[in-house]
Amino acid sequence: MTEFSLDDLRQLLRASVGVDEGVDLDGDIADREFVELGYDSLAVAEVISQVRRRLGVPIPEDAAVEITTPGAAVAFINARLAEAVG
Amino acid sequence: MSNPVVTGIGVVAPTGIGAEAHWQAVLAGKSGIGAISRFDPAAYPVRLAGEIPGFVAAEQVPGRLIPQTDRWTQTSIAATNEALADAQVDPAELPEYEMGVLTAASSSGAEFGQREMTELFTKGPSWVGTYQAIAWFFAATTGQLAIRHGMRGPCAVYCAEQAGGLDALGRARRLLGVEARLIVAGGTDAPLCPYALVAQLSNGKLSTVDDPDRAYLPFADRAPHATGYLPGEGGAILILETRDAAKQRGAPDHGTVIGYAAGMDPPPGSPRPPALRRTIERALADADVRPSYVDVVFADGSGVPAEDAAEAAAISAVFGPRGVPVTVPKTLTGRLYAGGGALDVATALLALRDQVIPPGLRVERLAPGCDLDLVSGAPREARLRTALVLARGHGGFTTALVLRAADSATKGRS
Repeated sequence: MTEFSLDDLRQLLRASVGVDEGVDLDGDIADREFVELGYDSLAVAEVISQVRRRLGVPIPEDAAVEITTPGAAVAFINARLAEAVG
Repeated sequence: MSNPVVTGIGVVAPTGIGAEAHWQAVLAGKSGIGAISRFDPAAYPVRLAGEIPGFVAAEQVPGRLIPQTDRWTQTSIAATNEALADAQVDPAELPEYEMGVLTAASSSGAEFGQREMTELFTKGPSWVGTYQAIAWFFAATTGQLAIRHGMRGPCAVYCAEQAGGLDALGRARRLLGVEARLIVAGGTDAPLCPYALVAQLSNGKLSTVDDPDRAYLPFADRAPHATGYLPGEGGAILILETRDAAKQRGAPDHGTVIGYAAGMDPPPGSPRPPALRRTIERALADADVRPSYVDVVFADGSGVPAEDAAEAAAISAVFGPRGVPVTVPKTLTGRLYAGGGALDVATALLALRDQVIPPGLRVERLAPGCDLDLVSGAPREARLRTALVLARGHGGFTTALVLRAADSATKGRS
């Protein structure tokens, strides 16, 4: 995989940390805060950890703290992927 | 201390999901014991257990909570949903620091833990999920319930194996009116995964008999096949409130917790007697009732012959031989550990409501030395005002809880 999309993130959220009632992940979520979508820091940490394992990308444990929106997560993951390839 | 009222009951058990479904199954003597289906038990010496029929977490538990909770917590969430609805209470309308959560834990999140440990040992540390940190440990259920319902008053977890559920309810009685007006109390368990079962096997007390009607039959003469007990999953959650708070809201009244005592057995080999007789006497003294006022005893019913004999001796010492009706409805579910005490209390409250003693599995002949008036095979109508519930947990934990019927249940009867 060379690019991680917002849909990849949606799929990962559904599979690994679940979805709150009343939250539409298919909507325009890129710039919404994770907290607003029902995800606490533990949930973001779990998703980041899944990415690390599935894609084999080295991501530091504390990265989750800095990432507050799905859009930022996707950008961050793609930056790490680019580094890994390059 | 004024005695708290039980205003809500929630049940998730092998006998059914929902208090009424459970109660109807128990009255009909319909057993929830069957072959273990949650994993392949062929390689284990115990292959029967009480499983909750048709429990689907997604129907009962919010989507975000499912990945971060064990089945044990999920069954407690479901039972709490029912109990709060039954009590007709919306916690959001009450002061958050005046509500608490007290649950029992025994196997805790064993199934969740097994899954993550398998990842650890087969793939490595980075494969262990983040939620292992919060899902497996004893306080997970109390914590999730407290967060979910905004209850920031007294919260605790009682780890006393099968005795813990009664401890939670007994402690709730002590805290109500002092530190809280409403307490969610009770417990469930999910001990049916290989990891949890192997842990249970270590005590050597589980029944290896393959006949669901005979494998777990406390107080019965099974010679020469003396057995033990079967495990089961699920339990019950109750809502307890001070009488004033319940009255103020016009809440339902399922009965009152009027007495509680806890004791600890002496170490094996000690010449001192087991704690049960003294614990019963202390609970009755706490409730300020004489033995002759007790209308029914929900026995612990270990199923291990020596422990059955000790319990029968304690009951006979307090009430006289065949001096009080005794029942063991948990023969229909197996022993639910953290869920056992609370489920027995739920069943006892429903018995007090309907003035009928529910039966355990049919016992044809009592074991020598068990001189009990055992209600088995068919329910028995009786005037019921006061019930005693007993529980013993592995390691010597011993508890007794005394319940009184709501005034409405006994009105018009004599």
